[in-house]
Amino acid sequence: MKFLHLIWSNLKRKKLRTLLTLLSVVVAFLLFGLLSSIKQALTGGVSMEGLNRLIVRHRVSIIQTLPVSYQARMERIPGVAAATHQTWFGGYYQDRKYFFMQNPVVPEQFLDMHPELLLAPEQKQAWLRTRTGAIVGRKTAERFHWKLGDRVPIQTPIWTKLDGSRTWEFDIVGIYDGKEKTDDTMSLFFRYDYFDEARLFWKGQVGWYTIRIKDPAQAASVAKLVDQEFENSAEETKTEPESAFLQGWVRQIGNVALMTAAILGAVFFTILLVTGNTMSQAVRERTGELGVLKAIGFTNSQILWLVLAESCVLAALGGALGLGLACLIVPALAKPLSAMLPMFFFPLRDLFLGLGICLALGLVTGFFPALQAMRLRVAEALRRM
Amino acid sequence: MNTNDTLVDVDGVEKVFHRGSEEIHVLRDLHLKVPAGQFLALMGPSGSGKTTLLNLIGGLDRPTRGVVTVAGERTEQLSDRRLAAWRARHVGFVFQLYNLLPVLTAERNIELPLLLSHLSRAERKRHVDTALAVVGLTHRAAHYPRTLSGGEQQRVGIARAIVTDPTLLLCDEPTGDLDRKAGDEILDLLQALNRQHGKTIILVTHDPHASARASRIVYLNKGQLSDQPVQ
Repeated sequence: MKFLHLIWSNLKRKKLRTLLTLLSVVVAFLLFGLLSSIKQALTGGVSMEGLNRLIVRHRVSIIQTLPVSYQARMERIPGVAAATHQTWFGGYYQDRKYFFMQNPVVPEQFLDMHPELLLAPEQKQAWLRTRTGAIVGRKTAERFHWKLGDRVPIQTPIWTKLDGSRTWEFDIVGIYDGKEKTDDTMSLFFRYDYFDEARLFWKGQVGWYTIRIKDPAQAASVAKLVDQEFENSAEETKTEPESAFLQGWVRQIGNVALMTAAILGAVFFTILLVTGNTMSQAVRERTGELGVLKAIGFTNSQILWLVLAESCVLAALGGALGLGLACLIVPALAKPLSAMLPMFFFPLRDLFLGLGICLALGLVTGFFPALQAMRLRVAEALRRM
Repeated sequence: MNTNDTLVDVDGVEKVFHRGSEEIHVLRDLHLKVPAGQFLALMGPSGSGKTTLLNLIGGLDRPTRGVVTVAGERTEQLSDRRLAAWRARHVGFVFQLYNLLPVLTAERNIELPLLLSHLSRAERKRHVDTALAVVGLTHRAAHYPRTLSGGEQQRVGIARAIVTDPTLLLCDEPTGDLDRKAGDEILDLLQALNRQHGKTIILVTHDPHASARASRIVYLNKGQLSDQPVQ
């Protein structure tokens, strides 16, 4: 602590240079916070999904359907604890721009398969009683101002009803929440029996199956058994972990994680050069002063730590300001973006990662100038005063 | 320490610098004993090796051959780390260009050597105040070097050198950058430190006016010492 004044005074030596470097670090960490939040918004639901669930889809693509009769065969496969299905409905509310996910499901099986979705018991009972009943995630309910008892029309470009209409009406009987902040609360689920009876074609077909396995460690072998079960049939299957399945959806807009990593990599590499250059200049300019410090008794390692501490203070200050700004800006942006990116928030783990990067940035940018300062020969350094 | 005790013993010291393949013998088989409490002036023309010798005595450099013993410690045998600690404890340096840190106030500059000690903040402050009082700059404590005159800056430099109460004060042309009046004030101060506080001082200078203040003068020429000026 007693050296803090010396470190701070050195940083203030070239105020404009320090300020510009500090600003570049602030911007880098602000960008880190914003990109982390975007990544979270686009992939958040993916990484948090259960490891004990597998998705079984048509081998060719997710668009191809599978027979509903597969469920019973799947449930007999060793290692499979339960199976249920969903189907892509692809509808929207009022206007195409109000697109969100709706899937027909078997209520009890579905809720049993997804314990992360929290639904009040009386709402569950209402769903089981109401053939046209649907449950909707809290975010979507808030987005469209839906409440229990509302009847909502959903239009779909895919599924025609027996009467030729493509507008399906559902009674909102439940609003579910997620156990975790990252759990999806944007979808609407309605009853498969109502759907199957009312649709014009592809009766007895479903989009994909979700199976719960008894032992997550056996995921690979169970997946293989499932695919073997339907080998050489008209509808062969592809079984994969739920996370991989959901990643596939997100990948339709590109590899978000890779894109954010690439952008941040470029940003931090630039910051590394900028801050490293500042520190190198700072050390070069005061070679003589470092010689004085050594002459009055500072050891080589003390000089090394002084320079390192200086770069760490610069990085920590810039990082803290940048991350702090991100913590303020992200919640402010979350509301206007909630329709498009409902899970837009700055995850705590990324905040800690950011703090770690601050420290690493300080150490890396200060290391070589510090080493240079440490190796200075006193008599030679004093001549450069 | 008895004033007749030898504080500095330079024995058979040689210093060779290398410039490419060329060897430059700056000091040759040099012998010097400085008793505790002496005010020694080391004179000689530019390039005669005065600063090199001062650096060897102050542990800022190591001899190519020979032994340097200061306050009973053979400095050429100490590791870099121990040598730094030894310098902090035994040696105060006064430089020709003051060598103050421009980003620190006078009192913060003076405090620098004390940061290496285990003294509390209040104790450090007390030592700094004493050193400022000795050099007569109490009223300029909070000033930055750029706002001080050359003579004042050098007094701050002297305060920094004496704040740890070192055994030996090494002054490299301390009046070289000052006018006569300011130079005289610095020499008065050094003389007072020697006479009133018993400090052993080695003063490197090429100015006969400055060396006249010393109790002993030695001359260095072409790497060798003598008691008589070289004609």
